[in-house]
Amino acid sequence: MTRILVPSGALGLGWDQEALERGIANRPDLIAIDGGSTDSGPSYLGRGVSKYARSTTKAEWAALMDAAHRAGCPLVIGTAGTCGAGPAVDWLTDITHEVLAETGRTARVAILKSDQPAGRIADAMAMGRITPLPAAPEIDADTVTSCAHIVALAGIEQVNAALATGADIVIAGRTTDTAIIAALPIARGIDPGLAWHAAKIGECGALCASNPQSGVLQIDFEDDAFTLTPLADGAQATPHTVSAHMLYENSDPFLLYEPGGALDVTHARYTALDDTRVRVTGPVWRPSPDYTVKLEGARVAGYQTILLALLRDPRYVAKAQGWADDIIARATAKARDRTGRDDFSIEIRLIGRNATLGALEHRTGDPVEVGALGIVTAPTPELASEIGKLLNPYLLHHPLTREEEQPTFAFPFSPAEIDRGAIYEFCLHHVMTLDDPMEVFTLEVIDA
Amino acid sequence: MPELRSIAEKVRSKNAGPFWITVDIFCGTDTAFTRIRDGLDTARVAEALDCPGQTLKRFDIPDLHVVKISIPRPQVQGTAADRDMHGAALANILAEIDLP
Repeated sequence: MTRILVPSGALGLGWDQEALERGIANRPDLIAIDGGSTDSGPSYLGRGVSKYARSTTKAEWAALMDAAHRAGCPLVIGTAGTCGAGPAVDWLTDITHEVLAETGRTARVAILKSDQPAGRIADAMAMGRITPLPAAPEIDADTVTSCAHIVALAGIEQVNAALATGADIVIAGRTTDTAIIAALPIARGIDPGLAWHAAKIGECGALCASNPQSGVLQIDFEDDAFTLTPLADGAQATPHTVSAHMLYENSDPFLLYEPGGALDVTHARYTALDDTRVRVTGPVWRPSPDYTVKLEGARVAGYQTILLALLRDPRYVAKAQGWADDIIARATAKARDRTGRDDFSIEIRLIGRNATLGALEHRTGDPVEVGALGIVTAPTPELASEIGKLLNPYLLHHPLTREEEQPTFAFPFSPAEIDRGAIYEFCLHHVMTLDDPMEVFTLEVIDA
Repeated sequence: MPELRSIAEKVRSKNAGPFWITVDIFCGTDTAFTRIRDGLDTARVAEALDCPGQTLKRFDIPDLHVVKISIPRPQVQGTAADRDMHGAALANILAEIDLP
């Protein structure tokens, strides 16, 4: 039997402490926690930073280091620091050193890095070893060199290489969300279909059960089944909550591609053992002929300055779209004239009309107020800021007609312009073929 | 012509990676599932989402009473044109489709 304890869906989201204590008392073989994903957008990978507060991350990481110490098992984090890029891994490693120093403990720490130099990816492209996934953007060598960070998603082989060093703590860069849970069971001979399926269900902790914010989930592997047990009072896993979790953030609910193959759950069976536990049988692992890892890359896509004005006058609320269109035309012409540039854009999204869905919005209504969110995007921060200042008087005073008295709208902030800095975009949705799973990952062991 | 929202138990949407978005329609009961599965025309869904039909993936899952629709993201997550970083709001478009 192999037992994995998942404290929470991600480091930074917290957990039910009583449930975590139960998990520790149940003697897990490994504690696994996810450190991030692409879900918060490309800025984190582009900048190589975490989305969560350092203080929260440190407090939770210290608690898990203590939990693993008391349970006498390794602690593994995947996709450290939200994006899993080198600087974010270093950030969590620094925190780890701080915690060890403060607690007077020592630990063997294995650091797995997933960073990919652009030259390696360009060479792999030239050798035909980069393959686009469905809906991937077109890329060339310039795309690759323009990335601020590129990472490859590690699978179980790389996580197991880190565990095989005898590490007490594994800090991994980008991994698949599932690999940190699936790795140890597979190393111990558990069927890979069961291991990957349990990992997909368990990667968000108790999100596969009722009371999802309690976090803590225990996964027990047998030879032909795995059992999921949410550990918080009142948290219940049912065949429905568990099987429904295969839908989550997954474009195909029956097939999940991982390094080295695909998980097929078409014939999986979910059985309630009691009110809280679910036993799963029947998933199948389908190995692929080539070993591939997915790539993620983010690059600067310009700089933004934004402004927010609020329209409350009913006449302006009713005619907000025409008002905004007129401002965009006039401000764009003026900005071209004043700056001599035309490589920028001015957009105004009307909050209360269609700011969320844009052209897909089909509803109309009679809102109390409308927020006019002005967004300037330009190739340099200076130009974005300059044009933001040029847009300011329009958003403050632009009249619907020339004849009327000059209106003034509500600005919630001074200054009205907010320089957002660089915006990033994801520009890779590809896999890279490897001869050896470790060939593009690095492993360092520190006795700290 | 009731809205889908009034028949389904829950409709949610979320990124499935930065390049795809997926909408899960939890129908709740056999009756609601049958009604939504049969009444929700895939071509109409593609049109409402402004998605080329051949790229749309649809899964009707009787065991879960779920109809799942996945499409390439209309704007890649986080690009300047993207309005919804987590893809949370797209569900409303399907929730507001009228069923026969």
